[in-house]
Amino acid sequence: MSDQYTNEPMLDLFIFETSQQIELLEQYIITCEKENGFKPDIINDIFRIMHTLKGSAAMMMFQNISALAHTIEDVFYFLREDKPELIDCSALSDLVLEGIDFIKVEIEKIKSSDQSDGDASSLIETLKEFLIKIKNENSSVSFLDNKKQRIDKKSQSVHDGQQYYIRKKNVIKKIYKYMYKALVFFEDGCEMENIRAFTIIHNLREITDEVYYLPEDIMDHDDSAEYIKQNGFQIFLKTDYTYEKMYEFFKETIFLKDLELVQIENEDEFERFIINHKEEIDSKLIQVPDLRENAKIDNQNTEHQHISNVQSMISVSVAKLDKLMDLVGEMVIAEAMVIQNPDLAGLELDNFQKAARQLNKITSEIQDMVMSIRMVPLTTTFHKMNRIVRDMSKKLNKEVDLKIIGEETEVDKNIIEHISDPLIHLVRNSIDHGIESPAERLSKGKPSCGTVTLEAKSAGSDVLIIIKDDGKGLDRNRIIKKAQENNLLYRDVSEMSDKEIFNMILLPGFSTKEDISEFSGRGVGMDVVAKNIEEIGGSVSVDSYFDKGTVITLKIPLTLAIIDGMNIKVGDSCFTIPTTSIKASYRPQEKDLITDPSGNEMIMVREKCCPILRLHKKYKVSTNITKFNEGILIMVEQDGKSLCVFADELIGQQQVVVKALPEYIKRLKKIDGLAGCTLLGDGSISLILDVAGL
Amino acid sequence: MAEIMDDNLGMEQDTQRGRYLTFSLGKESYGIEIQYVTEIIGIQTITEVPELPAYVKGIINLRGKIIPVIDVRLRFKKEPREYNDRTCVIVIDIMELSIGLIVDSVSEVLNIPDQDIEAPPQMKKGNNRFIKNIGKVGNEVKLLLDCEKLLTDDETETMSDIF
Repeated sequence: MSDQYTNEPMLDLFIFETSQQIELLEQYIITCEKENGFKPDIINDIFRIMHTLKGSAAMMMFQNISALAHTIEDVFYFLREDKPELIDCSALSDLVLEGIDFIKVEIEKIKSSDQSDGDASSLIETLKEFLIKIKNENSSVSFLDNKKQRIDKKSQSVHDGQQYYIRKKNVIKKIYKYMYKALVFFEDGCEMENIRAFTIIHNLREITDEVYYLPEDIMDHDDSAEYIKQNGFQIFLKTDYTYEKMYEFFKETIFLKDLELVQIENEDEFERFIINHKEEIDSKLIQVPDLRENAKIDNQNTEHQHISNVQSMISVSVAKLDKLMDLVGEMVIAEAMVIQNPDLAGLELDNFQKAARQLNKITSEIQDMVMSIRMVPLTTTFHKMNRIVRDMSKKLNKEVDLKIIGEETEVDKNIIEHISDPLIHLVRNSIDHGIESPAERLSKGKPSCGTVTLEAKSAGSDVLIIIKDDGKGLDRNRIIKKAQENNLLYRDVSEMSDKEIFNMILLPGFSTKEDISEFSGRGVGMDVVAKNIEEIGGSVSVDSYFDKGTVITLKIPLTLAIIDGMNIKVGDSCFTIPTTSIKASYRPQEKDLITDPSGNEMIMVREKCCPILRLHKKYKVSTNITKFNEGILIMVEQDGKSLCVFADELIGQQQVVVKALPEYIKRLKKIDGLAGCTLLGDGSISLILDVAGL
Repeated sequence: MAEIMDDNLGMEQDTQRGRYLTFSLGKESYGIEIQYVTEIIGIQTITEVPELPAYVKGIINLRGKIIPVIDVRLRFKKEPREYNDRTCVIVIDIMELSIGLIVDSVSEVLNIPDQDIEAPPQMKKGNNRFIKNIGKVGNEVKLLLDCEKLLTDDETETMSDIF
């Protein structure tokens, strides 16, 4: 997902839109399959998606995608128009999903600027056969009725097609010297006649404002392609170009078979054409809303149960957001420089202060907003799992139901990219290893259909993602055996709790499944999941109950870029400690201090002995505060180990944007205990302490 | 199309060729190829980063970008000097790295044609590895720096500087 697109903008847009539509389509299909029936409004939606896809793919010259989309569209056209009773729902879903997969693969190829060379012809054949099959099956059912309806509709739409499109936008009309009438025929079998016709019109617009053409609705109606095939594409235009020039222009059209270009001498003839058809349009206008209204009522009557993910959104590149975040950071600094300007010191400026406070309020709101822009709900990531559950349950002959809770939980965009693969893996694991076959389930007294629950919820500055199944659970003895075989046991088994044993499956090179299946069980699974999650600062924990199921919990920070930090001061330097690792801070008393013979200092806190780390000593910062009763101790904890950090004073808590130390410094030396740096509100830099490294 | 692009690129490199930004350290004048220089800023608050060699003064915040700054005086093992309002930071960009160089003062941008540039004279105790060439401008001599050497120094020296 993080691919750097280097393609041209048109192609970028095509890739982006197509992938979005494909995703939507996938969801529709899966919902329909679950309900075992296609609702009219969903059929309409699918039809529309396929139609758009066909058009845009043809525009970008991806014939294979366009042809496939065309065939799928045909199938749904039939479904929409004839409303057949007998459809093999799952077979249709399979076919369409196969088509979606094909398009996905092609889009990937296009993305990496390879040639989109996949061959969809066999799939198209199967789809066509399927269409014929359902046509035959349903023809007996109310055959006459349907047919009549269809003929009605056909004639109507062709009739509708006889409209002229008149551009009214141009108020000041140029007077052109010549008038032409052109009739264009395309080569047989070039397909997409309507889109090719549109390209001509598009090119014509560059040389003239006055173009009228027949059929008018080339982009909206598929029948127009048929019409152009039969009767050719008629164009009337006025231009300054001479006959030869116009002829040259039309000759350049791709797939041109035949061209009739006539110069019209008489203005009246031209006008008459337009006026005649104008009337036609007017009379049509009354009819068209009628049809639309009917459709609308139809739609309203049908229940809207499917998931609607269509929100009004625009897509922005993450690079631009990063830039925006930097700029806002700069603005905050600039603001501080103005308001705390030394020139203002000691002046009584009531109005200035008022205005400054207002400015401060706005800038901090902008800052919050920019941060929140990067947050994305988990919806799409979660709904991708529907497809996986469906495919796997079919292949493995298991009945599995996916329950999704809390999909609206938002996390940073970067994080979503990192958790998608681990999630897929975990869901696969649950179905493959966890859920039993229906017979086995029934014999255990469980419902034959297993459930996998995917849940997300926020907990403080973390997000918890829980993958739960009601399968057979982890086998404690097998894990122990396996761990022994692989020398992963580091303690006596009798001393280990169940949880510790279960968490051993996260260790590298561990897989309890004896035979490797198509989906999972290559023994690289769980440790890769754990590694991926740890990379973004999260953690994985496993819980399991025999015959009740397994629960895997991923704890993930809300965002990579922002943490809650406590700023502390040592001498002139400023450091930031992540608030999550701070347990307490207090001013120590001399009597609690213990010094061992080698000079290590410790302190007793709540019956526990805790080592003290003097920041000014560790980082050789000069400060006047070296006595414990002048400074402050901050007790931090990481991975169960505690440490007291001694600093001069606490400055305050704030959300900080984590930035990496410059590459040059990282190359020079890896500094222990520094996780990065951050900019404070006044533009100064604070170093972020890595508690685990201290 | 591609040819035009190449031409443009060539042109740009051409206009920058032979141009040097000169700055002074004590009484010597140094030159640095202009193609490396991104900007010149006044001295700013520098945040110290612990455990680094002394010549790395720390990091500064350049409009939201955090860049390291090195004191060229210390880098050349000269006596440190108090910073004043003539002190400048030259921000250079080399091999994807941004870095600030603290110098006493910045002088001007000079055109030094190739024929006025010479290899440094051979010294008995070995040449200074930071000096690539010597440029002659009128009666003056400019020491032309090898920027890449300035950054990618051999590990051994770095280590000995720290300990």
